Amino acid sequence: MRIHLTSVFVDDQEKALRFYTDVLGFVKKHDVPLGEGFRWLTVVSPEVPDGTELVLEPSEHPAVRPYKTALVEDGIPATAFAVDDVQAEFERLRGLGVRFTQEPLEMGPVTTAVLDDTCGNLIQIMNGGE
Amino acid sequence: MAEDVFKALADPTRRRILDELVERDGQTLFEICARLVNKHGLGMSRQAISQHLAVLESAGLVVSRREGRYKFHDLNTEPLERIATRWLRPDAPESTP
Repeated sequence: MRIHLTSVFVDDQEKALRFYTDVLGFVKKHDVPLGEGFRWLTVVSPEVPDGTELVLEPSEHPAVRPYKTALVEDGIPATAFAVDDVQAEFERLRGLGVRFTQEPLEMGPVTTAVLDDTCGNLIQIMNGGE
Repeated sequence: MAEDVFKALADPTRRRILDELVERDGQTLFEICARLVNKHGLGMSRQAISQHLAVLESAGLVVSRREGRYKFHDLNTEPLERIATRWLRPDAPESTP
């Protein structure tokens, strides 16, 4: 068994696509219209183009918004991505105007930081955890 | 008021939370939990830590602040100054009942 897809619920798919590609640096893999303006939209890391796809899933179900709101209020990330250097990535992203709810935090071998994806989620970036 | 401060400080986990807020002010609940687990091996539920924060807040040692959709926790050392002056400057009036 392998993890092929994982997903984040995004408030706006087009805005999410721009953030996850232009800002975070992922690349679009699938973009299939599903009707009613919704898309089957996935991105992958350019470092692993055949790796796990991240589905940018619409937040349409009524349970999703209260769930996301509660997580964001407590600073809890929806998911986490690995980077080579959290500090460098933090500086690069902050330079692009990205809002962090947790600046880089070194805890033993692991460094983490938490950012806002502008689509209703917090995302953790980490290094040293592998 | 002073009673609440002493009670809040009597617990080692709550003192750790204050230690971590000294290191960096304005932490989310998630960051406080991460620090307690990873730096101090205090693997507690988020709910338990939330309750510790509530005790610290009612003693005025932690102030929570909403900023947009986020909630951050700041350290407030002012109640500590008040309890310390009780012995350091005994003429200062005590506000306890």
